[in-house]
Amino acid sequence: MDLSYTPEEEEFRARLREWLAKVLPGLPPKPSPDDWPGRRAYDLGWQRMLYDAGYAGLHWPADAGGRGATPTQHLIFLEETEKAGAPYVGANFVGLLHAGPTIAAEGSAEQRARWLPPVLRGEEVWCQGFSEPDAGSDLAALRTRARRDGDDYVVSGSKIWTSHAEVADWCELLVRTDAKAPKHRGISWLAMPMDAPGITVRPLRTLAGSTEFAEVFLDEVRVPVANRVGEENDGWRVTMVTLSFERGTAFVGEVVACRRVLGELAREARKNGRWDDVPLRRRLGRLNAEFRALWRLTQWNVSESERSGGVPGVGGSVFKLRYSRARQDLYDAAADVLGPEALDLDSPWTLDRLSSLSYTIAAGTSQIQRNIVAERILGLPKGR
Amino acid sequence: MDFQLTDDQRALRAGVRELLVRRFGREQLRAAVDAPELDRALWRELGEAGFFALRLPEAQGGVGLGLPEAVLAFEEAGRALLTGPLVATHLAAGEVPGAATGESVVAAVDGTLVEWLDEADVVRGDVTGAVPMRSADPLTPLHRVSRPAPPDPVAALLTAAEQLGSAARTCELAVQHARTREQFGQPIGAFQAVKHLCSEMLVRVEVARGAVYAAAVTADPLDIAAAGLLADEAAELGARDCLQVHGGMGFTWESDVHLHLKRAWLRARRGQSAAEAEEALAEDLVAAAPGPRT
Repeated sequence: MDLSYTPEEEEFRARLREWLAKVLPGLPPKPSPDDWPGRRAYDLGWQRMLYDAGYAGLHWPADAGGRGATPTQHLIFLEETEKAGAPYVGANFVGLLHAGPTIAAEGSAEQRARWLPPVLRGEEVWCQGFSEPDAGSDLAALRTRARRDGDDYVVSGSKIWTSHAEVADWCELLVRTDAKAPKHRGISWLAMPMDAPGITVRPLRTLAGSTEFAEVFLDEVRVPVANRVGEENDGWRVTMVTLSFERGTAFVGEVVACRRVLGELAREARKNGRWDDVPLRRRLGRLNAEFRALWRLTQWNVSESERSGGVPGVGGSVFKLRYSRARQDLYDAAADVLGPEALDLDSPWTLDRLSSLSYTIAAGTSQIQRNIVAERILGLPKGR
Repeated sequence: MDFQLTDDQRALRAGVRELLVRRFGREQLRAAVDAPELDRALWRELGEAGFFALRLPEAQGGVGLGLPEAVLAFEEAGRALLTGPLVATHLAAGEVPGAATGESVVAAVDGTLVEWLDEADVVRGDVTGAVPMRSADPLTPLHRVSRPAPPDPVAALLTAAEQLGSAARTCELAVQHARTREQFGQPIGAFQAVKHLCSEMLVRVEVARGAVYAAAVTADPLDIAAAGLLADEAAELGARDCLQVHGGMGFTWESDVHLHLKRAWLRARRGQSAAEAEEALAEDLVAAAPGPRT
C-alpha cells in the first residue's frame, strides 16, 4: 500500500501545474449558464487549449489519438485542474467520457478516424440519447425505433434528460432495431447528426431554474447505417462499456471541489458566528472525515484499475452511492451555516444545493446502484 | 501511486486468517463465550506468529514491518472476534518483557476503562481502586478506573482496523443468510428491502477501508481520527443491520451477531471520543493548509 507518487508522476504534476499557472489567467470570462452558444464556444476553446498542450484525451488509448496516460496520471490531471480552478469538461463531457471511449473501444477504423479527432481538438460536441420518458432506470425498455431503409435507419421516438442537446453536433443514440427480441437484445448504438431533418429539441428547466438538459423528439430521422457502432442489436453490450466509463473517474475533480467548499463553509462559519454552534461544527468535522475517505476510496479505485489494465470495476457504484449522498449532506450543512440567507438564490451554495439533488438520480439512481452492488458484488439473487 | 495491497501484504493477511480460523474458529469462539478466560497457549502462538512483534525492528527480535501490516493483522483479529488485550500487548512489544513473544499478557488503561485487568501480567496506566463491571461484551472483562489515560493514536488506528474486520464480517454473515433463508418462496436476499440493507453495509465497509488503510500509510493523526469515525460507523451499523437481516435468530444468544455488535460498541469507546475526533477534523478545516498532504 503506497500513497506516494513516482518521480514520473510528480514530474507530470509539476509540468501540468506550470502550464495551468501560465494559461488560466488569460482565459475569457465564463459565459452565463443560459448562454448556450457562449458555453459551447468556451468549453470547446478550453478543450482546444488542452489539445494544443498535449493534455487532450489523456486517458484515451494512444491508438485512439489519446495520450494513453495511466489512471494515476489521469487522477493527477483531474485533481490539479480542479485545484487550479480550470474550466470543467462541460459540453465536452459526453464526447470525452462516453461516446469517445465507446467509439475507441467498439468502432471501426473509419469511425474512429471520423469522430475521435474532432472531440479531442474541441471541434464537435456530443450529447447522449439514452433515457426516454418511459425508459429511465429501466433503460433497456427504450422504445425509439429504427427501421432499415436501404443504407439508412429511419428513426422515430423521443429522448429525455439530454444535456447540451441545443449545441450538440452528434448524439450517441440508443434505438430499438428488433422489436421482437428480448428487450436487451434488440438495441443498437447509432451516431446521429443533430442537424438531420426531423429532430426537435425542447429545453427543460431544472428545479434549479437552469436549462441543463432537453427533450429530443425524433420524427422519421434518417441516420446512415454506416453510423452504427458495433453490430446491429448488440447496442446494449456496447452501452455497458460506456456506462463503466461514466462510473470510473467521472467524480474525481468533484471530490476535490467538495473539499474546497467544505473549507469555505468552515471559514464562513468562523466569520458569521455559527462556528460556536457545537453540533454544526462537529457536522463539518464529520464531513471532513467523509470527504477525506472518499478521496482515499478514489485513490484505491484508481490504483485498482491501474493494476487491472485501466478497466473501471463495479467499485464505481460503491463510490457513487456514498458520494452522491455526501454531496447533498455537504450542501445541507452549507444551508445551516448560512441560516435564513440560504433561502436567497443569490447566496453562495444555494444553487449548488439545489443542483446536488440530482446526484442521487442521474447516472443510475441510488436504488439502482444498490441493486447493482447487491447482485454483482455481493451475489444476491436478482429480484423479479 | 499504488494504493493496493502488495503480494507480501496479501500473503500476510492470508496467513493471519488461516491461523485464526484454525485456532479461533467458531467452536473456540463459542467456548470463550461460555468461559471467558484468556487462552495463554493461543497468546503464545500469536506471539510466535509475530502478531505482537510485527512492528518491532528485526535488530530487537521483531518482524520489522510497519503500520500497514499491523492494520491488516488487526483487521483479521476483528473479523474473528479474537479476544484479549491485543492492542495493549502489541504496543508493549519491545517495552515490556515477554510482550513481543506472547509470554506476557499486557493490559492498558484506555480512557476510564481497562480490559482484561485480572488476566494481565502487566498493566500500563494507573489502576488504583479499579472496579469490575458486568461487561456488556461477554468476551471482554472490563474494569472502571478513576485516573483516565490519554488516547494513543496508534492504538486508535489498530482499533479502527479491528472495527473494519468486524464490519466486513457482519456484511458477509448478512449476505450468507440472505442467500439461504427463504420466505415467500424465495431467498430473502431477492427482496430489495434486504438487498439494499446489504449494499449499504458493503458501502460503509469499503469507505472505511480506504480511510483505515490510508491512515496506516500516512500515520497522520487526522487521517487516524477520520478512520476511527468511519470504521466505528461501519462496525456498529453493520452489526445492527446484520442483526436485522437475521430477524429473530439474530436476537438469540446462540447467534454470533450480538458478539460483533457488543464488541463494536466496546471498541467505539476506546481512544478519543467521536466528538473529539469531529472537533479535531473541524479545526483542520480552518487551518492554514487543510487536508491530507498526499
